[in-house]
Amino acid sequence: MSIIVDHVSHVYGADTAMAVHALKDVSLVIPDGQFIGLIGHTGSGKSTLVQHLNGLMKATSGNIYFNGEDIDSDDFNKKMLRSKVGLVFQYPEHQLFETDVFSDVCFGPKNLGLSQKEVQLRAYEALKQVGLEDEYFYQSPFDLSGGQKRRVAIAGVLAMKPDVLILDEPTAGLDPKGRDEILDQIAKLQKETGITVILVSHSMDDVAKYVDRIIVMNKGSVMYDDEPREVFHHYMELEQIGLAAPQVTYIMKDLQNQGILVSDDVTTIDEAKEEIKNYFARLAQSKRHGI
Amino acid sequence: MLRDITLGQYYQTDSVIHRLDPRVKLAATIIFIISLFLFDGIAGYVVAAAFLVLVIKLSRVPFKFMVKGMKAIVFLLMITVVFNMFLTPGEPLVTLWKLKITKEGVKTAVTMAIRLVFLVIGSSVMTLTTTPNHLTDGMEKMMSPLKKIKLPVHEIAMMMSIALRFIPILMEETDKIMKAQIARGADFESGNLIKKAKSMVPLLVPLFISAFRRANDLAMAMEARCYRGGEHRTKMKPLHYERRDYIAYLVVIGYLIVGIAAGKIVGML
Amino acid sequence: MGIIKIKDLVFEYIRRDEEGNVEGITKAVDDVNLDIKQGDFVAILGHNGSGKSTLAKHMNAILYPSEGTVWVDGKNTMNEEDVWDIRQTAGMVFQNPDNQIIGQIVEEDVGFGPENMGVATKEIWERVEESLKAVGMYEFRKHSPNKLSGGQKQRVSIAGVIAMHPKCIILDEPTAMLDPKGRKEVIRAIRALNDVEKITVILITHYMEEVIYADKVYVMDKGKVTMQGTPKEVFSRVEELKELRLDVPQVTLLAHELRKEGFPIPQGILTKEDFREAILKCQEEF
Repeated sequence: MSIIVDHVSHVYGADTAMAVHALKDVSLVIPDGQFIGLIGHTGSGKSTLVQHLNGLMKATSGNIYFNGEDIDSDDFNKKMLRSKVGLVFQYPEHQLFETDVFSDVCFGPKNLGLSQKEVQLRAYEALKQVGLEDEYFYQSPFDLSGGQKRRVAIAGVLAMKPDVLILDEPTAGLDPKGRDEILDQIAKLQKETGITVILVSHSMDDVAKYVDRIIVMNKGSVMYDDEPREVFHHYMELEQIGLAAPQVTYIMKDLQNQGILVSDDVTTIDEAKEEIKNYFARLAQSKRHGI
Repeated sequence: MLRDITLGQYYQTDSVIHRLDPRVKLAATIIFIISLFLFDGIAGYVVAAAFLVLVIKLSRVPFKFMVKGMKAIVFLLMITVVFNMFLTPGEPLVTLWKLKITKEGVKTAVTMAIRLVFLVIGSSVMTLTTTPNHLTDGMEKMMSPLKKIKLPVHEIAMMMSIALRFIPILMEETDKIMKAQIARGADFESGNLIKKAKSMVPLLVPLFISAFRRANDLAMAMEARCYRGGEHRTKMKPLHYERRDYIAYLVVIGYLIVGIAAGKIVGML
Repeated sequence: MGIIKIKDLVFEYIRRDEEGNVEGITKAVDDVNLDIKQGDFVAILGHNGSGKSTLAKHMNAILYPSEGTVWVDGKNTMNEEDVWDIRQTAGMVFQNPDNQIIGQIVEEDVGFGPENMGVATKEIWERVEESLKAVGMYEFRKHSPNKLSGGQKQRVSIAGVIAMHPKCIILDEPTAMLDPKGRKEVIRAIRALNDVEKITVILITHYMEEVIYADKVYVMDKGKVTMQGTPKEVFSRVEELKELRLDVPQVTLLAHELRKEGFPIPQGILTKEDFREAILKCQEEF
């Protein structure tokens, strides 16, 4: 169960003078069970890339393989692919349309042609997975709060039981509370079910805490693809393309510049706290030795 | 890339035609269309063609953009020509089994084809050289006498210009919702008519909700910026006739007279 | 009395079920008192549903109090004849960049407010030019708003408000739908308005890093103002903010954590410069 992106390019309006290269020679391997952050600013090609992964967009050149099969070959079942690679769009609550929450979540599995019993079972399971309480199941989705609506929309994709879950800016427009709740829920889901999750975001702060791997996109190409702390080493370059490392990285860098010998290899507040404590412990030790 | 679509396909460049007051262009287009039906005989159409060529040259819009509008009516054009050719009674030229092509039929078919083609090109010249909001401005001003009979002219113009602004936004939104539902396994293509209509529900419901939400937001934003209808309102870009506009009116009237006269003279000969 | 004064404000709305029967009454704003000084940069914080947007809409006479009074530049918003004056004095920028631009060309949108006010044509052009320059969007004046980025659209909206020559501008979560770059652009433009043009700014947001430059911060929860003071004062109360699930800047959190471990770091650290100074001091005293 893996996705291989092999030298994929995508050009909008290829035969006009206004051709835009949205993706340039992108190659990636997405193995099973990874939690990936896909970072880039608006227009970096990250949304275009994820739409290729479930066959909504077709590569201008290059190939994408899902479990070893070329998704653009004629006998490939695109509908199956879309159920296996679930894509949650930005502001997904804008796609809700049913009169109650439960029916809306049933839409995806129903389209897969499953039995009614199986459809309902999956819908129920998915709503539980996103942490929505039973009392909301038969309410109109439009009466829910912003954060709740978004959970329902995510459940709508989860109910298709995808192997890979892609979320495009799942926290856009939410307040900090709603943002943390959604991200925690996704992290929990990833851990419990072991599915591959690709979190598309423009915020390093959001993803640093959660993911195993960060892919940075810039101008349609992959700029970095590594573990978070390795990627944040390039914070100067990230800054240049309008992204930023987590704020703690800058704090530590700033201390370094003042001659305080702490490592800037930290991405979370806890790590920073430990590093500063260790620094003062070392200082105490050397003082004792000095005396 | 749906946002690049503008209604009317305005072609940006600087020309005399572009700079004309939209009212002149509106009036000229109407007169031109009427003239196509007033003129009779080859001479009139030669004059119309000459006038059209002159205007196109002055507008500096490449001719291929004019022809773009033709694609939409090719089918209509063919039907008109074929029907007229075969169904007009008169002196038969060719007989194919039971169908007859008559002399009168050919004449009507050619006339109709010329009228249609000229009509489309003529209106394209207007839309290609006038921005949609200039056009609404022009219409508002032209129709302003109708305010006396309580026609909400300003409101109609405002609605048109808001619609023009939101059409590309809603088109993009349609595209997004469609993709999101396809990602949930929706199928918008296969099936019979009833099934197809049913499959539109997951697209149309969210689209309507979004349109209403936007309308509500926009109304609030307009009120917050002191909008209270057309009264007491001033204009940032008021319409003024300039010398070139009066000249243009004269040219158009001249065209009409010459066209009619040419038809008459040729007819007398 | 300041430019905006709010006394004992309560705003209630009636919840109805599907048949239209009254289900209950929700107090969106519950007994709020504010007095905003001319020229200040004020931030109102709180998460969704805290009542902050409802409060903001009272400052522009879009909503009217159920109880209590709102004065804008000395005028009571309940006086119908003053509504247009009030809306001109206190301009408003909303959250969604697409849903508040009316014009099809940037300059025409900025001219919309002055047109409604009946400003003479020549002056409209002057106002449009100066407003677009103030937000750094002058070079885009002939563009279609559809082709601008979110941050650029919000700056156009801000210009549209400035062109009405308000004394005060209320921004209701103007950055919530923007990416980090757009957010920075907008905040920079807002700060310039306050610093250079001396316009009173009331910024409603849930991003903490946007409020550290404010003169005064109000924190709202469940319709009430629960905290107020300078950013330093408010951010000193880290535990309370965390309880409200508000985002505290990472540097403030780190300082707080270290203080808990016994480091002599003062309260209310807001910037990395503050933090650096504090750590250097720790080192000296060591």
